[in-house]
Amino acid sequence: MSGKGVLEIVNLHAKVGDEEILKGIDLTLKKGELHALMGRNGSGKSTLAKVLMGHPEYEVTDGSVTLDGEDILELETWERARLGIFLSFQYPQSVPGLQVGNFLRKSVSTVRGDDAPKARDFRRELNSAMEKLSVDKKFLGRYVNDGFSGGEKKRLEILQLMLLKPQLAILDETDSGLDIDALRTVATGINASVSDAACLIITHYQRILDYVNPDYVHVIIDGKIASSGGPELARKLEESGYEWLEEGVNE
Amino acid sequence: MTSSDARDVVGDYEAGWHDPETSTIRFDAGLSEKIVRDISGLKNEPEWMTEVRVKAYHHFINQPMPSWGNLEILDNIDFEAITYFLRSGDKTEKDWDDVPEDIKRTFNRLGIPEAEQKWLGGVTAQYESEAVYHSIREDLEEQGVIFLDMDSGLREHEDIVKKYFCSVVPFQDNKFSALNTAVWSGGSFIYVPKGVKVEMPVQAYFRINAKNMGQFERTLIIADEGSSIHYVEGCTAPTYSTESLHSAVVELIAHKGAHIRYSTVQNWSNNVYNLVTKRAVANENATVEWVDGNIGSKLTMKYPAVILKGTGAHAEVISVAYAGNGQHQDAGAKVHHLASNTTSKILSKSISKDGGRGSYRGMVTVGKKAENCKVNVVCDALILDEESQSDTYPTMEISNPTCRSEHEASVSKVSDEQLFYLMSRGHNEEEAMALIVNGFFEPFTRELPMEYAVELNKLMALEMEGSIG
Repeated sequence: MSGKGVLEIVNLHAKVGDEEILKGIDLTLKKGELHALMGRNGSGKSTLAKVLMGHPEYEVTDGSVTLDGEDILELETWERARLGIFLSFQYPQSVPGLQVGNFLRKSVSTVRGDDAPKARDFRRELNSAMEKLSVDKKFLGRYVNDGFSGGEKKRLEILQLMLLKPQLAILDETDSGLDIDALRTVATGINASVSDAACLIITHYQRILDYVNPDYVHVIIDGKIASSGGPELARKLEESGYEWLEEGVNE
Repeated sequence: MTSSDARDVVGDYEAGWHDPETSTIRFDAGLSEKIVRDISGLKNEPEWMTEVRVKAYHHFINQPMPSWGNLEILDNIDFEAITYFLRSGDKTEKDWDDVPEDIKRTFNRLGIPEAEQKWLGGVTAQYESEAVYHSIREDLEEQGVIFLDMDSGLREHEDIVKKYFCSVVPFQDNKFSALNTAVWSGGSFIYVPKGVKVEMPVQAYFRINAKNMGQFERTLIIADEGSSIHYVEGCTAPTYSTESLHSAVVELIAHKGAHIRYSTVQNWSNNVYNLVTKRAVANENATVEWVDGNIGSKLTMKYPAVILKGTGAHAEVISVAYAGNGQHQDAGAKVHHLASNTTSKILSKSISKDGGRGSYRGMVTVGKKAENCKVNVVCDALILDEESQSDTYPTMEISNPTCRSEHEASVSKVSDEQLFYLMSRGHNEEEAMALIVNGFFEPFTRELPMEYAVELNKLMALEMEGSIG
């Protein structure tokens, strides 16, 4: 499957209510590639993440999204997850009463299906992932995101990423709200799990890109990819902001 | 009506099958003093019991319906259509092999003999009006623990029964306690001697099989000083298109320093009126815990109560209710603090779905002379769709200023974002809903023996199936 385009987004348009937010996104991510998607608030970054995962509030009005040639827009959210698409949420939801350990075991078994590890192997995977993320064992007995700090929520998202082993990982503002130590730890988790996957990291800041090395950087402005390049593009944005690109778009 | 029609009326229910009726004695439907006397006569009861029954019967006749709960449904109960006594086996057996084949099959299907072997200290299985099977572990018997069905209890330990019967729930208490006292049959009788701690739970299982049946079990548990016991009860009934009535009375007496835990998971079919009076007395430093799960039934009205009579006594009532289509769960708790330094904790959780209605009705009173009491009440409701309803009727009457009380109530709905989050982890909508619902009930399920907790989670997952559009 190497060299084959894993995720192909062509001319994607999507709206919420009457407002069009994505206005023709084209993007191709291949296996093993790490893409950073940067943009201001309201540019459509998070919308793209939610549309790819099938959030019911967003309606796709044009374009296509395929994963290894399969049209995913027709699939339910949970079918996409079972196909190997993973979204790390910007605002993970809490589920009181649902223990983290139980939730992880159930999710791994539905998402990985026949390839899901047996109890003992699962425990081994879990322990190793938790160690990488410096997560205490007590974490497993807590309720999913219930009373979690911002940093704990993001750690749980990355823990899920590591255990669910997706083909396509979309990380929506995983770096926001993390201090530098937490960011470093989370980045270790990301690096450990995306070498075999296609990965789209959505972020405001250059910061996380110091710890995960993107192959490509894209800038989204007003629902369109305004510019694509290598890691140097992120550094330029950090120095000069988005204005120089926006002038080009608004002409 | 065919079975598929019945299914349309009441929906899917796992324990909804029924066996052909093979009763040995069946009284005509309807209630009269003669029927009350006949039930007592059939059981060869002592005269005092016959007289209590008859008095209770007259009280029942003259007593109005309760003025709360669901008046519309209550007024629809046709007491004349109900069969008040039905005998299915000739006697209570000690060996499953001696239980009539079809009845044994039913309990096998419900998993009772298997549970007995694995984790129970004793089992009573009641089918219609009377126990068909009963056994207790020898070591418990040797320690003097009495665990019998109530009819045998009256025969073999008349003095104890006479002392405590109606002492916690007088028949005058309410219309349904009067009815139960008049026509009671079956139930459990337990006496735990001083200082004996029963480690394994004992269980009673109540099964209604016949149509238009009334089941009126009567349970009496006495835990003597410093003893402890965990009693578990389960209930199911077949799905019919006509109604059955389940109206039990449960009396618990926890003597000084004793500990009684009473766990119920009832899973009635949607044609059962479930109108139950459960009350306990906790003496000095005793603890009584009601762990009460209400799934199914057409209308449940049940408020497990504890009277904290002795200094330092403690009450805990943890209950959950699930109200689905056409169901009203009117459940809650009552605690009366009569003595100083008594504490109580009430946790009530209800889920309503598909137009169901869950009501919390609670009452806590603290007497004038009860110093330094602590009261904690939490009630949470989860509403799964727009058609369903939840309401809360909490009452607190605190007559002593040294009482510390806390009360929290919350009503929440399942949000699209929560569902989306869980579905993004590979769970379809029903599975996601079951994860949320089981999580909501978790503070309750963790109090149950593991086998019951697993069963309850499965049950809730089934309830979430097939009804999401």
